[in-house]
Amino acid sequence: MNIFKKTIFSVLFSLLVMGNVYADKIRIGTEGAYPPWNSKDESGKLIGFEVELAWTLCRYIGKQCTIVEQDWDGMIPALIMRKFDAIMAGMSITAERQKAISFSQGYADEVASLAVMKGSSLEGLDTPAGINLTKPDAAAKKALKTLTAALAGKTVCVQTATIHQNFLDSGDVGKVNVRTYKTQDEVNLDLASGRCDAALAAAVAFSDYAEKSGKPVVLTGPTFSGGAFGNGVGVGIRKDDTELLKAFNNAIDKARKNGDISRIATKWFGFDASM
Amino acid sequence: MDFELMINSFPKLLNAVVVTLKLLSVSLIVGLFIGLLFAILRLNKNIFINKFAYGYSYLFRGTPLLVQIFIIYYGLGNFIGNNEYLKSSFIWVILKEPYWCAIIAFALNTGAYTSEILRSAFQTIKPGIIEAGESLGISNKIIFYKIQIPIAIRQSLPAYGNEIILMMKGTSLASTVTLMDLTGVAKYIISTTFKPIEVFIVAGGIYLFMTFVIHNVVKFLEKKYSFN
Repeated sequence: MNIFKKTIFSVLFSLLVMGNVYADKIRIGTEGAYPPWNSKDESGKLIGFEVELAWTLCRYIGKQCTIVEQDWDGMIPALIMRKFDAIMAGMSITAERQKAISFSQGYADEVASLAVMKGSSLEGLDTPAGINLTKPDAAAKKALKTLTAALAGKTVCVQTATIHQNFLDSGDVGKVNVRTYKTQDEVNLDLASGRCDAALAAAVAFSDYAEKSGKPVVLTGPTFSGGAFGNGVGVGIRKDDTELLKAFNNAIDKARKNGDISRIATKWFGFDASM
Repeated sequence: MDFELMINSFPKLLNAVVVTLKLLSVSLIVGLFIGLLFAILRLNKNIFINKFAYGYSYLFRGTPLLVQIFIIYYGLGNFIGNNEYLKSSFIWVILKEPYWCAIIAFALNTGAYTSEILRSAFQTIKPGIIEAGESLGISNKIIFYKIQIPIAIRQSLPAYGNEIILMMKGTSLASTVTLMDLTGVAKYIISTTFKPIEVFIVAGGIYLFMTFVIHNVVKFLEKKYSFN
């Protein structure tokens, strides 16, 4: 009887300890389908800028981490429902998302761009190289007008629940025919097949696709930043998780100071996308 | 629970029901013709025709509807879209549109199930009924159209009612190829509010109501055309 009790207790105890180990681990959610931010290699292992950065940040925080895969369109709901504790998935900091979750300081920034297939009538638009939509100047306003005229009646494809979708829905470029997809891969496929007249996403997502697939995908129009495109990419954290938010902010500070972020960013993007 | 969101999203979701019903009705009508044709082919004595019809139903009942949609939309789309000759053909005019891709997938899928339902209904018709017709000197053609088909349709009503409901739920997969049906709009609302539970509860309620209506219509028809 005694042995029996002992066994029960030791099992219960080990379960308790194991439970604690799990609670101590920070679970980070990522999509694994948005290269070079985050993606998967041939063996299905998660790789990319944010995966490597996540391990670095966890080292600075001094806790163990696990990286969890989650479809993009369920990313924020999954965080809120505690399937994981932090989002690192190329998620831009926007006012809309901040209503639902908190963000750490930004760790990297990206510009968005339209892409078309070579030979499209949308190639070579007369616009500046880049426009900032936070406080659009005269040139930016003119560029939006040019885009409105060029995109009228065209089908523009984006990934669902992204800043790119928000921008097209905002009406800044008039009424375009917006088609939304679950993943960026699907956007790329339909751009290449000709179902989409143009696609909008992070500029690097298109150059990555063009390079890997060999398809003649070219960027067109200005690059976009600010406004609906948010203020950089940060770690998404539940609003009541202030401790973790502080920990991530400190870790980002340290990683930035030691040059880790720009080193990892240069490795994956080919240029320093850190901020 | 965000009840305000549930109330606000209701009219938007209701609007999307139009797309869902359009997808459902068009694919059911096309699927019924396909089903009837293949049920007749299945009963043909010629082994090649018979096996061909069996192969079709086996293929479409043996693979998931989602896979069928993806093969038609992304698979064929990629193949034709990257082929200069096919791209200028009429096929691309149809397959370019997600709407027609969804209709083709749904119609072929429901057609396969319908052919099986109708085939088994034809086979349950007692030989005596056909013999009775023959003994009255009615031609084979008229026996088929006026006796066998009506009985087969009545026999298959309960099973076909199920198929309609399954297909209605299947149309939610249209959202995976960018169509804004009920599920597509629900996902869209979630993408800006980040509250899946509330929105999916409302969408689920609407699907449930549609099932309720279909179920009762079929039940009414069963009663009306009852043999007793």
